[in-house]
Amino acid sequence: MSIQVWTYILVAITFAMYIGIAIWSRAGSTKDFYVAGGGVHPVVNGLATAADWMSAASFISMAGIISFAGYDGAVYLMGWTGGYVLLALLLAPYLRKFGKFTVPDFIGDRYYSNVARTVAVVCALIVSFTYVAGQMRGVGVVFSRFLEVSINSGVLIGMGIVFFYAVLGGMKGITYTQVVQYCVLIFAFMVPAIFISIQMTNNPIPQLGFGGQLEGGSYLLDKLNGLHEQLGFASYTSGQKSKLDVFAITLALMAGTAGLPHVIVRFFTVPKVRDARKSAGYALLFIAILYTTAPAIAAFARTNLINTVNNQPYSEMPAWFSNWEKTGLLSFNDKNNDGRIQYYDDSNMEFNNKYAIPNNWQGNELKIDRDIMVLANPEIAKLPNWVVALVAAGGLAAALSTAAGLLLVISSSISHDLLKKQFKPNMTDKEELLYARISAAVAVGVAGYFGINPPDFVAAVVALAFGLAAASFFPAIILGVFDKRMNKEGAISGMVVGICIMTFYILKFKFGIFDGGKEAIAGLKSDWWFGISPEGFGMIAMLINFVISVVVSRLTEAPPPDVQSLVEDIRIPKGSKAGVVH
Amino acid sequence: MSRSKEYWRRNIRYLMILLLIWFLVSYGAGIIFVDQLNTIKIGGFPLGFWFAQQGAIYIFVILIFVYVRLMNSLDVEFEVNED
Repeated sequence: MSIQVWTYILVAITFAMYIGIAIWSRAGSTKDFYVAGGGVHPVVNGLATAADWMSAASFISMAGIISFAGYDGAVYLMGWTGGYVLLALLLAPYLRKFGKFTVPDFIGDRYYSNVARTVAVVCALIVSFTYVAGQMRGVGVVFSRFLEVSINSGVLIGMGIVFFYAVLGGMKGITYTQVVQYCVLIFAFMVPAIFISIQMTNNPIPQLGFGGQLEGGSYLLDKLNGLHEQLGFASYTSGQKSKLDVFAITLALMAGTAGLPHVIVRFFTVPKVRDARKSAGYALLFIAILYTTAPAIAAFARTNLINTVNNQPYSEMPAWFSNWEKTGLLSFNDKNNDGRIQYYDDSNMEFNNKYAIPNNWQGNELKIDRDIMVLANPEIAKLPNWVVALVAAGGLAAALSTAAGLLLVISSSISHDLLKKQFKPNMTDKEELLYARISAAVAVGVAGYFGINPPDFVAAVVALAFGLAAASFFPAIILGVFDKRMNKEGAISGMVVGICIMTFYILKFKFGIFDGGKEAIAGLKSDWWFGISPEGFGMIAMLINFVISVVVSRLTEAPPPDVQSLVEDIRIPKGSKAGVVH
Repeated sequence: MSRSKEYWRRNIRYLMILLLIWFLVSYGAGIIFVDQLNTIKIGGFPLGFWFAQQGAIYIFVILIFVYVRLMNSLDVEFEVNED
């Protein structure tokens, strides 16, 4: 059977499962809709959190980025997993004890202020919308490559599915679909990885094959470093970025991860404080399976790719090559007209003089979009068609599960934190549920719009999303738990300054708006503060937030006694409100 | 009241120790000392590279489960556990 038929079959089966679960787990109350009734088993919550967290970026893009960045790709690996340690130790148990529905709920109550609540709602909305647009785009890309429909129809189909189970089932529907989606995506990620690991290193465990020996006895990583050296690329196992920048990006991503509202809210769904601790552990365990496999895939794919194309005749390229050329994500330009593909680092002057020019190589001839590495990998390794189709279904599962989690944050921010808490406090549960569904539906529409008309700055905005979460929520929540003296003046000024300085830095160095637009960005690199890139600036903004919050709070009045006793209370597990058992 | 203070003090001490390990395996071994560690090879892996792309993640998972165990027994010791 062809790849396309297999993809139709697998996508149809998985979509039918998601819809079936949505019907089975309809939400009956706001508690069902916001926190799945609060009775989710920690392992189930761990699975759902893992699916929620691992987006199209983790599934499709991350291994590709590492494949091209080598060691520097570690910022994503450590940054997006290490945040769970912070989450488990510093946030999850206390927020569970606090026992409300949303992150702005905590900020608003702990800092006894609707201003603080509103600031938190705005942050939650910005972070979630930027993220969800990227997911919808991922859905579109998978559809267009494997089902040969247009990207726009792909986005519309994806919207329809998410609409159905997010609006109908709320958190309850989302949680149980995410469990299935985790299984689909991890299976789809592991099967090709295991196949390729056996093929290349004779070891079925990719994490070990990564450090294993190839046929002929040389180690994979040594071989890869050798290939890189031959073609003028920098060594795969050592980094190009400055140490300080790697440090800053990793820390910004960790704090951003721990501060992302759609991740935090998952810990409101378990029955007990100790379940919140445990389910953070399970979540990271399930995430780690993919995150330790991704760098192995990256190294396998890089080696395979170089071996396949390096100085080979264009006419002898396998079928996947022309398939991806059609999408425009891969392109070959025979600059020296020798009919062979020269793929090398043409910005490396030493290599140009020593090797490229004497051999009449006139520049790098192959352009590869890093996003195609995971999707093309099974084809490059000549795996059977059903494996290729499985990867497509896995990519969809990853994108849809994250989109649904984000949509829920958007809808609860609007219906609960804005409408119920600020404008219509007398709403009945039924009315609030209706508003939650309406806002989820509107959010799906807006997300779909951005999926079809993506702003050309998606990557920049994602950096902003992490930076904002790190610069706003993370310090406010940590201080809310660990510093009893922290008051509303401190927290609000910290959040506002953190957001503003982060936004300023991104606008200046990622968009170049103060210096004449996008063309100016490259030239501004030397002006980076302390040499830190916009991706890593979340670390600085976060530290500034911490300092300002502490200083301002010490200069103003202590929080009222009932807030201080609230802090005492959330520090102790005993007496958390029991969840509803299904 | 002093008992709940003592509970919180012990909790903070656990956090400090666990977060120190968290820092050492990721920022220490994976970033700051990566070049020194890369001179050591374990199988096909330069050690610093292994910490940055594999080892740190394994240790993160272990840290959370160690924390769960420590806190569960601390909760029982101070009788603040649920049910």
